Amino acid sequence: MAHLTHLQRLEAESIHILRETVAETERPVMLYSIGKDSAVMLHLARKAFHPGPLPFPLLHVDTTWKFRDMYALRDKVGAEDGTELLVYRNPEAEAKGINPFDHGPLHTDMWKTEGLKQALDKYKFDAAFGGARRDEEKSRAKERIFSFRSASHRWDPKQQRPELWSLYNVRRSNGETMRVFPLSNWTELDIWQYIMSEGIEIVPLYTAAKRPTVERDGLILMVDDDRFKLADGEQVVERSVRFRTLGCYPLSGAVESEADTIEKVVQEMLLTATSERQGRIIDRDAGAGSMEKKKQEGYF
Amino acid sequence: MSRPTVTDQALIESDITAFLDRQREKELLRFITCGSVDDGKSTLIGRLLYDSRQIFEDQMAALEADSKSVGTQGEKIDFALLVDGLSAEREQGITIDVAYRFFATDKRKFIVADTPGHEQYTRNMVTGASTADLAVLLVDARKGVLTQTRRHSYLAHLVGIRRFVLAVNKMDLVDFDRDAFLSIVADYRAFAERLGIEDWQAIPVSGLGGDNIACRSDNTPWYDGPSLIEHLENVPLDAQGEEAKPLRMPVQWVNRPNQDFRGFSGQIASGAVKPGDAVRVVPSGRTSRIERIVTMDGDLDEAVAGQSVTLTFADEIDCSRGDVIAAADAPPEAADQFEATLVWMADEPLLPGRGYWLKLGTQTVTARMQPPKHQVNVNTLDKLASKTLSLNEIGVTEIATDRDLVFEPYHDEAGGPSNRVMGGFILIDKLTNATVAAGMIHFALRRAQNIHPQALDIDRQTRAIQMGQRPAVLWFTGLSGAGKSTIANLVEKKLVARGRHTFLLDGDNVRHGLNKDLGFTDADRIENIRRIGEVAKLMTEAGLIVLTAFISPFRAERQLVRDMLDDGTFIEIFVDTPLDVAERRDVKGLYAKARAGKIKNFTGIDSPYEPPLEPDVQIDTTRLSADQAADAVVDALVRRLED
Repeated sequence: MAHLTHLQRLEAESIHILRETVAETERPVMLYSIGKDSAVMLHLARKAFHPGPLPFPLLHVDTTWKFRDMYALRDKVGAEDGTELLVYRNPEAEAKGINPFDHGPLHTDMWKTEGLKQALDKYKFDAAFGGARRDEEKSRAKERIFSFRSASHRWDPKQQRPELWSLYNVRRSNGETMRVFPLSNWTELDIWQYIMSEGIEIVPLYTAAKRPTVERDGLILMVDDDRFKLADGEQVVERSVRFRTLGCYPLSGAVESEADTIEKVVQEMLLTATSERQGRIIDRDAGAGSMEKKKQEGYF
Repeated sequence: MSRPTVTDQALIESDITAFLDRQREKELLRFITCGSVDDGKSTLIGRLLYDSRQIFEDQMAALEADSKSVGTQGEKIDFALLVDGLSAEREQGITIDVAYRFFATDKRKFIVADTPGHEQYTRNMVTGASTADLAVLLVDARKGVLTQTRRHSYLAHLVGIRRFVLAVNKMDLVDFDRDAFLSIVADYRAFAERLGIEDWQAIPVSGLGGDNIACRSDNTPWYDGPSLIEHLENVPLDAQGEEAKPLRMPVQWVNRPNQDFRGFSGQIASGAVKPGDAVRVVPSGRTSRIERIVTMDGDLDEAVAGQSVTLTFADEIDCSRGDVIAAADAPPEAADQFEATLVWMADEPLLPGRGYWLKLGTQTVTARMQPPKHQVNVNTLDKLASKTLSLNEIGVTEIATDRDLVFEPYHDEAGGPSNRVMGGFILIDKLTNATVAAGMIHFALRRAQNIHPQALDIDRQTRAIQMGQRPAVLWFTGLSGAGKSTIANLVEKKLVARGRHTFLLDGDNVRHGLNKDLGFTDADRIENIRRIGEVAKLMTEAGLIVLTAFISPFRAERQLVRDMLDDGTFIEIFVDTPLDVAERRDVKGLYAKARAGKIKNFTGIDSPYEPPLEPDVQIDTTRLSADQAADAVVDALVRRLED
């Protein structure tokens, strides 16, 4: 009898987590960020509940500043049969015109952190699936698969429940919510391998192509629309680039690359050896411990 | 000796497709590392990550910078900094929780549970070990086998780990001395035999220098065993043993998208399943055959332990979450009384007699523990007498559940892998929802197996119809002297006047008879309420509306009674009289005696009263007369039961 490979074991574990959450919560939701991890998580969810439809909606907490390619894929996924897609934008951020160029860290705080809290409160979701992995960042290595948040959405690293075997204690008091991470034990390489072997559609920005870019503060940024205002001396240059992580386009650093297939991307990733979050400005805001602080405040 | 990752590296450059194909075939090994503070555990894991090239350039740059600013290795790289995550622990220089790390070699992928060596963190170690196939025990070559080493071995063995590595670390600090290594190995052998650990490999290593980590070291020419990574790549996996056992699949979720499809979803705990196989649903015992194994990638011809699948049956038989689908000719047992080992994980100690949620597989039941038969001193393995279990204490106790639990003994008698899914459980506090203990079932108690519930021809519904009413329990709670009995008496009169069939339970007819053997300690109070709850339950089954008037000071006990009864049957009435008012009234003169120290454990004086958070009815006796209060209760009852 053939033994399960590591990917089969990871897949089975993730499906177990997804089903356990749906069986034991009242209003689960899947946070859909349109990135590659979200794509894998969504694919696993479809597998978990096949042949039925997804027993929960997808929620995109929008900032209005994602790449156009991301919106295109999101709308395509949302239009699929048996899929309910909710899009939430923080009305206050929208009214104040909060943007990554003028408002710095406030942009992430208002659109993403506050937007997520508002959306969870509005729809009264009691469990939200997220695509975070333990290998992404040091403070994530200790995060539980089922992570509890107080009624005010705070994460307390000392109050997390021990997780034994594959037994998850999903009980909550009124107002408490859970973040559930079905991909906790996946690594970046696992994600890529799974995307390839399952043929999962991802945003084309992950593979290299000629794109209009500007170099700013040591990062290569893509000029994705005309809201990108050039500073004095800046010039739009066509470069062959790809993205390791996708977020708001003015905050996502590109890497110069010729890798135009996923195989080549993985090859480059393994040879050039730069860890995944490096292209993200958010981790650098406050030096070491910054992600941990953001999590305590309610960032996903 | 090959450095495993180097061949990977060559293949990535020359033929990425071949590399990825090979990655796909890799197996997964999960292991736990345990050691005392300063055994160099974080350094060893950092070294494993480094040697298998799981550290990226930017992390390496950050590591070099951090090593200089907060490192403990002078100018050298402090690998421990790669591993110590949360800022609080970085500042204290210790690891305080379970962290999971990932690395891969040519042959396998690894998930490492990193757990701290502090005495107060037994709970973290048991957590990390619960999902591990193997334990790496770190020993400082200068210190040898310590109490902690024994404790970690015991805990890992307790949780069912059967394969161990004794990594004798810091060999560089004893000049790679062979005798130092051998004497530690001899020490450990004696201990391992006593515990029944058969499969263990001792390896002399240096996390700092990388000796015998990825490849064999020139510094230990006298050692001819494998390097740590070689050993981890070749040790047999538990999954192989799981597949040889009979089929067990706890049902997680019933997949019923439309009238035409009804599938049972779950992860196979042991054994294998094929279409056509005869299966039995436990505990009901109903049988059928497997029709299809449904997945999104198409139906399967076979599924094995570890896979998450959806099964359909040839016949329409009842099956729902909590049931176990099993091989028809070898089903697991079901029972409601067990002996089990508990590892206590909460600050609040075990309260024997109190109801806790017990979750095993996909089953959740109410469980009550007896006082422990004994507690285990994890340092000496001695059995000690104990009345309870506190944080990080381990003991053996008898457990009774409110309905049958499908299970298997945690430890496999035949020496196979432990039945983690079917024999491991957690206990959950019903009020705080905290996970308070991990447990491992030994066996069912005989008396439980032999008592089968008697199916009654005349059921509670028949009796209720005959009496023309819906049974209920009106549970009056409040301080001594609050007015519970007075109001309950009036309510009963009003109900009887309306043609209702009732019975009032209070101190006079319970404490002097059924419960005259009980005192007023916390444990006795719990037992008192439990018995009253059981009597009330029998009376509702007889069709009666039951009124009870007891202080019942603890929320958990009132919840226990609520859980015993059908939904909507338990109506909690909080007779809300402030302590100063009750004490001023002092109808029976009890407060005066309690204040004088003549009565111990008196609620409100030297024993707490936990008011209901969401009572069904709340009576403010400072505003309502007893008669008005009784009317309010009757109104609430009529609203709930007759609309």
